[in-house]
Order: sequence, then C-alpha cells, then structure tokens
Amino acid sequence: MNQQTQLWREITVYLRRYNPERDAKPHWQHYLLPVDYGMTVLDGLHRIRETLDPTIVFRFSCRMSVCGSCAMLINGKPALACNTQISAVATETLALAPLPNFEIIKDLVPDLSSMFRKHTSIQPYIRRADMEEVEKPTGEFLQSPEELTRYLQFAYCIKCGACMAGCPTLATDPEYLGPMPLTQAYRYCTDSRDAGFHDRKKVVGAGHGAYRCHYAGECSNVCPKGVDPARAIQLMKRDLVLDYLKLKRRHTPAVVAGPPTDAKRNPKAPEPPPYTV
Amino acid sequence: MRETKYWTWHIVAGAVILFLLGLHMLVMHLYQLLGTWGLNPVGGAAVAWLNVLARSRMTAMVVIYILLLGAALYHGLYGLRTILFELGPGKALQMAVNVVFWIGGIGLFVLGTVAAIAAKML
Repeated sequence: MNQQTQLWREITVYLRRYNPERDAKPHWQHYLLPVDYGMTVLDGLHRIRETLDPTIVFRFSCRMSVCGSCAMLINGKPALACNTQISAVATETLALAPLPNFEIIKDLVPDLSSMFRKHTSIQPYIRRADMEEVEKPTGEFLQSPEELTRYLQFAYCIKCGACMAGCPTLATDPEYLGPMPLTQAYRYCTDSRDAGFHDRKKVVGAGHGAYRCHYAGECSNVCPKGVDPARAIQLMKRDLVLDYLKLKRRHTPAVVAGPPTDAKRNPKAPEPPPYTV
Repeated sequence: MRETKYWTWHIVAGAVILFLLGLHMLVMHLYQLLGTWGLNPVGGAAVAWLNVLARSRMTAMVVIYILLLGAALYHGLYGLRTILFELGPGKALQMAVNVVFWIGGIGLFVLGTVAAIAAKML
C-alpha cells in the first residue's frame, strides 16, 4: 500500500465553534480524527466535514498556499491549513480556532474586512502623476532587476491575515494599521515605478501607523510566505524619518518604454494559435 | 507628520543618551582603569563631594548634564506615552496624556537646568 494513504494514527481535534445566530460566545467541540500520512490540516477538516460533522464551517480555495483563504490558528499559531501537515504540529491533539484580532463570521471563518479596509487606505497600487499611462498603457515602465529586488520579497504577500493575527499591538489597538498594510505600503513606496510616498506617508506616519510597531517580530515568525513584515515596517520607519530629515533619496518614477520599433521576428518562432474568443 | 517628528527625536535622544550615558559610566565607574581626564581633580572616588563639586563647576559638564537631562526626559516620556497609547485610550485621553507629558517634561527640564546652573555657582 502507498504510504501516503496509510493511517498514521487517530488524534483528537478540538475545533472552536461559533454560530453568531445561536451561540453567545465561541465554544470548543472535539472530534476523533483518523489521520493519514501526509494529511494536511485542511484535509483533516474536509474529512471531519465529510465523515463526522457536516456543519463545521471553514474557508479554503486553492489548497496550495497561494490564495491565503485557509489561514487559522493551528495549535495556537497562525498558519495556513493547506500547507501544515498534521503530523508536523500534533501527535495526540490538534486545536483549531479562527484567526484572533478579527471578528468571527462563523466557526473558523474570520471577518477580514477590517484588514482590507486598512489595506485600501494605504493605496496599494502604483501611484504616479501620469495615471492615464497606468490605466491605458502605451508601453511598459522600465524596471531593472535590482529595482525589482528591492520590493520583490514584500510582493509575495498573499493577504492571508496570519501576520495580523500574530501581532500583539493589533490585539490592544484595533485601529493600528497592522503588518500587512504597512508591508504593502513599503512595497509600493519602494517600487521604482511608483510616486505615491507622499500620499501614503499621511496614513503610514499617523498615530496608528508604523510607529505603533514595537518590533515583537511575531508577524515575520508566522508569515507562511517568508515576507518578513517586521523588516518592512522598520524600513518604512527609516524612510519616514529620512524624509522628515530631508535625507531621503528622491527617485524619478520609471519612464515609459514604448514597444520596440526595430525588432525583427525570429523566423523560427511558431505563429501563435488563432484567437478563440 | 507629528508622529514622525516625535519618533525621529526619540531616536536622536536615544543616540544622545547612548553617548552621554557611556561617558557617565566611564567617568563614574571606570576612572580607576581609564584615568580621570581631569574630572576627579581631588583624587579618590568619583562620587566624593569635592570631585562632584569640581565637575559641577565645569561649563562643559553643566552643558552635558542639561543635554542628558533633556534627552532622557524626552526619550523616557515618549516611551511611556507609547505604552499608555497601546492600552487604547480615547482621543480625549490621548490629548490629555500629551498635554500632561509636555507640561511635566518641560517643568522637570527647567527644574533640572536651574539645579545644574545653581550647582555651577556654588
């Protein structure tokens, strides 16, 4: 028999249940779950729903750490259910709860709208004087590999909310922007195509902005994509201070390079297939 | 931008404290190893009254005392403000904390400055 389908052991899964229409407060419910080798927490939740309790509610989509939908508290640590193997975090018991620092919609589903409202406030897109070029491009903005490297790590964020759940500052100050929006603010301010720093600094440098971070570093610990939000926040603070001291290096947003005019088609390249739509 | 200004001066004050407190440690605790550099003119312990009196009469030391006092007050009060704000007070309470800290901080600074200048006159 293939090892991947072999039963590893049976564990007790404690699930934090909450139905706002019925429950006054969340409570724990436990299930005896047969765990196979290689089974992820998300697989386990599917098995519970299919074989033990069809009423449990959880959010998922891609099953491959790309969409960030299935972030939850796994044995007390925010993580993606789809890329956490049960055998890596539990031998006897597994406790699953919704992400803290968010309202609960139902069972394991947090309401991420507060995070996305803050995300929207930092204008997470390329801001330039020539916005018409951004909306209706006539070419592409030139960017060197070195310029790309400056923000690439922070662009890997999948907005799962794990960093927000791990942040101790956010736990006491719900208005604090939080690691994800601050990281994305830095990501766009560092993009050589962008010129939106002066607009964003009004939000990022305000009372509930970057200065509330006291570098606990838990956001970077729990990030499933290795984005390192704590680093981005410190770099954001540095840029704000350098800007205040008028020491920040000014950059001219990347210029538009039109389509090549003297390029010749490689005769060996096959023709593209005809349009189907 | 106000928070950026506060934060920047918090960092500057931290750097000033690092330097001046280092100097304090050298003068007060490591003088037997590193020499007194003329700061313990009567010899003996650095905290001996005559040595303290002699240092208090040096203009450079008075300037250092006042600088250290200002930096330590600002750095400490900003840190305390950050801790208090993390408890989630409302806007009115935040404003009250700001006002109390500014008035209290300036009051303590003036008091310390007067004491340092008065000690120079002894």
